[in-house]
Amino acid sequence: MFEYAPAPESRDVVDVKSSYGLFIDGEFTDGAGAAFKTINPATEETLAEVAAASEADVDRAVRAARRAFGTWSAMPGSERAKYLFRIARIIQERSRELAVLETLDNGKPIREARDVDLPLVAAHFFYYAGWADKLGHAGYGPDPKPLGVAGQVIPWNFPLLMLAWKVAPALACGNTVVLKPAETTPLTALLFAEICRQADLPPGVVNIVTGAGETGAAVVNHPDVNKVAFTGSTEVGRLIARSVAGSGKKVTLELGGKAANIVFDDAAIDQAVEGIVDGIFFNQGHVCCAGSRLLVQESVADELLEALKRRLSRLRLGDPLDKNTDIGAINSAEQLARVRELSDIGEAEGAERWSPACELPGRGFWFPPTIFTGVAQSHRIARDEVFGPVLAMLTFRTPAEAVEKANNTPYGLSAGVWTEKGSRILWMADRLRAGVVWANTFNKFDPTSPFGGYKESGYGREGGRHGLEAYLDV
Amino acid sequence: MTEAEQPGKDLPGRDQPGRARADEAPDGRRSGAPGRAGKPGAGKSGAGRIGVADSGESASVGAASRESASGEPASGERGNSRESARLAVRKTYKLYIGGAFPRSESGRSYPVASSEGEFLANASKASRKDARDAVVAARKAFGGWSGATAYNRGQILYRIAEMLEGRRAQFAAELADTGAGRPGEAVDAAVDRLVWYAGWSDKITSVAGAANPVAGPYFNLSSPEPTGVVAVVAPDEPLLGLVSVIAPVIVTGNTCVVVASERAPLPAITLAEVLATSDLPGGVVNVLTGSVKELAPWLAAHMDVNAIDLTGVADAELAVTCEQAAAENLKRVLRPSDPDWSADPGVRRMTAFLETKTVWHPTGV
Repeated sequence: MFEYAPAPESRDVVDVKSSYGLFIDGEFTDGAGAAFKTINPATEETLAEVAAASEADVDRAVRAARRAFGTWSAMPGSERAKYLFRIARIIQERSRELAVLETLDNGKPIREARDVDLPLVAAHFFYYAGWADKLGHAGYGPDPKPLGVAGQVIPWNFPLLMLAWKVAPALACGNTVVLKPAETTPLTALLFAEICRQADLPPGVVNIVTGAGETGAAVVNHPDVNKVAFTGSTEVGRLIARSVAGSGKKVTLELGGKAANIVFDDAAIDQAVEGIVDGIFFNQGHVCCAGSRLLVQESVADELLEALKRRLSRLRLGDPLDKNTDIGAINSAEQLARVRELSDIGEAEGAERWSPACELPGRGFWFPPTIFTGVAQSHRIARDEVFGPVLAMLTFRTPAEAVEKANNTPYGLSAGVWTEKGSRILWMADRLRAGVVWANTFNKFDPTSPFGGYKESGYGREGGRHGLEAYLDV
Repeated sequence: MTEAEQPGKDLPGRDQPGRARADEAPDGRRSGAPGRAGKPGAGKSGAGRIGVADSGESASVGAASRESASGEPASGERGNSRESARLAVRKTYKLYIGGAFPRSESGRSYPVASSEGEFLANASKASRKDARDAVVAARKAFGGWSGATAYNRGQILYRIAEMLEGRRAQFAAELADTGAGRPGEAVDAAVDRLVWYAGWSDKITSVAGAANPVAGPYFNLSSPEPTGVVAVVAPDEPLLGLVSVIAPVIVTGNTCVVVASERAPLPAITLAEVLATSDLPGGVVNVLTGSVKELAPWLAAHMDVNAIDLTGVADAELAVTCEQAAAENLKRVLRPSDPDWSADPGVRRMTAFLETKTVWHPTGV
């Protein structure tokens, strides 16, 4: 096997400040909550101290958003579009800086931040910029209206991309936003605030309040918020759905998943192996639509497992800033503890655990790519969302059995099908109860393509024409 | 998992061209009957009915004149000919679950009165167990119904309209009993609404779906799919409102459990008779009568219900309770509203219970 020389991306392209404030009404301000530290999960070094927004700070942000709503919503769509195009351009101009900052704060490999996250972020703003003056053609009536102030709470796995998914359509439709990034990954959102200033976005149109769960609850429960958008765990999604009951707020939730990646005996095995790896080890498995359950047709299970193990042995785990790195750091100590716990339970319940020989760095939060075989549907590693680089492998004999097992989950976000037979793909795609079905591919995203779940994976769609509905009064 | 659906099972031969089975249904004979004589408002028979209940035939005479053309044996005095002094055979109003008409397992019933306070019938008072049985029936029906072709579903909805049209007089009379003004027009509007939704079955996918031009070598298509089992609390608009909440749910392939208007549940059960003779597979629509306050929270909390339509929940506090309970398994919730049922409904009642599925496939040689 080749040894690669280290190829680290320079972190000098980004100027990480020692402390950050909240972004309210176009200004950076202090927060009344106790400031918290955000760390680099690959090294555990403190990156910056970040202000925490209290309920009063959130109220300030919502009031700023409400004031801005009047002019922003009344502005011709073509003018709103130009602001969004501007933002898209600045993101492209500063993409290297944003990618490095994302990798520092999140722990994801720079290759992914640079080649996946950032291009999609810019594309998302470009896409929704174009909708801003065409809303009357979107199928929601001739002159659909925005909702008002959108309260948005996003997760730590794709910090800037999830911001883009929330902010771009909201602004295009004429809403203003109060966004709370995840506690462990606030930095790219705050750099985005700076981008809004560079773009001369009117003050109050975008407000960013950092903090933990209480800050998020204050955003969701603020009486003058008209729309709540949340991406995160099903557990928190339930709480939000419950807390907005009776408020009349429009809600969209993009929650957990336990996707089946189904491989038939006629599949192109090497391509399937790439897809399986991409499905569960991309972004350390911190992906709600990750293909965390591998369903393999019995006749090719041994062959596939061997190929998969061989491929995993070649994955490079380590410094996320190294351009050769495939697997970065787990985002937080808390998440690492969860991945460890569920993996230990997997073993305790009788599944067989395998990881390639893999040296983990001494500092930071790390977990090796892991496969469980001999998994029963009742095992927790086959039922619970691990949200880490852990794959549970099961087998099936017939297509009907594959469908039954794939759908045997309260989640329904995504699914994968690998077969060379076209009619079987369509037959499977018809029956899989999931919002996205990737056939002979996996984990592909695009701003034009609606994304979102069935069942307990949440409701509403992000992306495409469908993504507009979440931010229009229809 | 409970979602043991087996989609794609064709409904063999149902309502296909050349299969005349449906048209041989006994109701067909009546559709052309000149039953319109009993134009709505033309005679409130309520007084007669209570009389029947108390003292036999004496009161039925007055009512008969209105109904002579109908020939419907459905309720109370109807079906008596002018000269007959016989005691009417009344209808027992039961529930409609899985295509059958069971009584409530609880053995409970509650008296239903006309708008003028006269006794009409004892309706079944459904229990939690009945609600759960109905959900089981709806889940069982989901695979077949959602897997049926859109054309097939459209024809069956149209067939429901035909059956309803054939019973126009019966429904007009029942609506008149509920105190509805212009009941005949309400029946006409309900029939027309069914026809309107029937036509949507094979069009909503084109309107709500999309071909997405992704930036890469992939074919990418989004299409709407039914959410699953939908619990529906019907509005207190016993026929037009009821039809207007059921049709958009089922036309796209969902199955449902409907809680009928508590005040005026009888037309809902008569509508179930229409559904039962329309080639609609059993379990696609299940109708419960009883207490909304009692039934709605059970349905809202049921873990095998995918969505809930709270349109008919008038009590704001109850609506909040239901919405909170629905959060447990992230049900899609359509919040209470009091729409003008005669207005153009738009597509929202359909899209509220549709998921969007997006399928990707690489392109290449």
